[in-house]
Amino acid sequence: MPTRIAPLSITAFTATSALGDGRGAHADALRSDRGGLAANDFTRVPLTCAIGRVAGLESQPLPATFAGYDCRNNRLAWRGLAADGFLDAARECIERYGADRVALVVGTSTSSIGASEEGYRDLEDGRLPARLRYPALHTPHSLGLFLEAALGTRGPCLTVATACSSSAKIFAKAERMIRQGVVDAAILAGVDTLCESVLFGFNALELVAPEPCRPFDAARAGISIGEAAGFALLERAGADDAPRLIGYGESSDAHHMSTPHPQGLGARLALADALARAGFSASDVDYVNLHGTATIKNDEVEAALMTDLFPATTRASSTKGFTGHTLGAAGILEAVITLLAMEQGFVPATLNSRIADPICGPQLALAREERAIRIALSNSFGFGGSNCTLAFANGRLQ
Amino acid sequence: MSMQTLAVSIEGIGLWAPGIADWAAAERVFAGALPDDMAVAKPSAATLPPAERRRAPEPVLIASEAAGQACAMAELDPAELACVFASTHGDLAITDTMCETLAADPRELSPIRFHNSVHNAPSGYWTVATHCHAAATAISAADGTFAAGLLEAALQVHAEGAPVLLVAYDIAARGPLAEVALSTSPFAVAFVLSAKPSERSRARLQLRHTNATYDLHEPPAALAALTGNPTAAQALPLLLALAEKQSVDVMIPAGAGTSLIVEASP
Repeated sequence: MPTRIAPLSITAFTATSALGDGRGAHADALRSDRGGLAANDFTRVPLTCAIGRVAGLESQPLPATFAGYDCRNNRLAWRGLAADGFLDAARECIERYGADRVALVVGTSTSSIGASEEGYRDLEDGRLPARLRYPALHTPHSLGLFLEAALGTRGPCLTVATACSSSAKIFAKAERMIRQGVVDAAILAGVDTLCESVLFGFNALELVAPEPCRPFDAARAGISIGEAAGFALLERAGADDAPRLIGYGESSDAHHMSTPHPQGLGARLALADALARAGFSASDVDYVNLHGTATIKNDEVEAALMTDLFPATTRASSTKGFTGHTLGAAGILEAVITLLAMEQGFVPATLNSRIADPICGPQLALAREERAIRIALSNSFGFGGSNCTLAFANGRLQ
Repeated sequence: MSMQTLAVSIEGIGLWAPGIADWAAAERVFAGALPDDMAVAKPSAATLPPAERRRAPEPVLIASEAAGQACAMAELDPAELACVFASTHGDLAITDTMCETLAADPRELSPIRFHNSVHNAPSGYWTVATHCHAAATAISAADGTFAAGLLEAALQVHAEGAPVLLVAYDIAARGPLAEVALSTSPFAVAFVLSAKPSERSRARLQLRHTNATYDLHEPPAALAALTGNPTAAQALPLLLALAEKQSVDVMIPAGAGTSLIVEASP
């Protein structure tokens, strides 16, 4: 087991998703049980499902200086940066430490693949159309390249692309860089956008629900896909009341590419690892933001894990009924939701879910609850058996 | 404040490219020998179960081949090793086919092809094949991918106090993407890194990120074909230094004009 780590301060954070732009829009939606899922109007070929779409991106190209990065994913990144003054906070941080002392660690699974899809639809004499003929639009690191250009960081910059755990794992990468003295601060970003490969890909795997997803419901029928941009700034020290990253755990299922380990072995290892780094036990945890995709298998495995390892005083919910499963952005989006819940003292509802599957323990909160949260976890599990659990502490309740 | 230097030892090296079956063959080629039969299109990837070997996508095969070699040389059990898989472009063959299918009829997209399209497919297959429950990461960083992988692996070595497997690979581009995602041949290289040297250590590396631009060294003419692969192009300066067993400082591109300085010594 790993040893305890020194907590890091999360000095700025924000998210943009189908719930709106920024923390206020997210808190309002979560506190009024208002979800962002709607009938699919994204695909050219009809596909019966609900999606969590961010409105307006089609008519918001990047500024002309960034034309070589202009795609839906980077547009969402740019829009997300503007929320809650995050861009200013990031630039101020770079100014304070020096550009080479700030890392940029991004997580995405779709990256700019939507631009490649579009290019193949609109080939000109067998070539990508001129408007899309830019290397930075057809690489897994497109998001990192764009943000590096937009922010001006000169520290290490990399993309973590481990499917649906991508932007949870970036917290672990950044913590290690800061702990080892490679940088003094890290800008974290997770951005994934709707595209046909994920909508039709998950559909081909028979994992997409026809209606808005219902995590942990006895009648759940699969995921709803969403899109989001989330950002966080990690530093050694911040304001006394700033939330803290206190732990993380990463593990592999070693079971199957797209099906979780039946006993959730990898998920349990990630949880134990995160708690060990945080120096807490499961009974200290007030809230768990579950991966809770609403697939039959994921929720079955995760519900058993909660029942086996946590007391009833630990509250748990999945917020994917609000935002959809935002895939590579889910880690940081749900980290931001967890931090908002902590800041405002509530447990978000498991929206759309009416009758909990009997496998669920008493921890599952179907309805929203008012409750102080001192210690919280957020789970993210992805294809390839990639698991990550993050642990946060409330800076106001230490 | 100058950056902390990270020191790691290379306990094992694996390498595969057409005509270069392993690290010993690479040392011969780097010293001027001609590559072996360039027509050998696929490595054996003996670490994968036979069924997976037959149907695995090309990145899974070449990454597993290099990874298996490196673990064998290091005499370490892959099940115990956290791993970092780094690739500039990921599976360009699947991306090409998937985009083609989506343009024609998205309902025809194959579920297997879709789950194989994730950037962490090679690390996923590797951890399944080796029963590895440790942390597995898949990264990408354009021209800085190899440097980012090396730095991330070294950080994990020190932060977690255990050896780490680094695997870097790219396959050839095809279809319309080949014009923008440049890669002309497959190449994979793997290191097992540890904090402390052992009697098996192949080299000691001191790593430091700097915002100084790297010096672009033209590869020896005989190796120019290799550098059509982005992983090979990024890793070659360090690999040549390792093969020559000289103490030398190498600068590897780390993105946005920055570099990873690698002081290599035998």
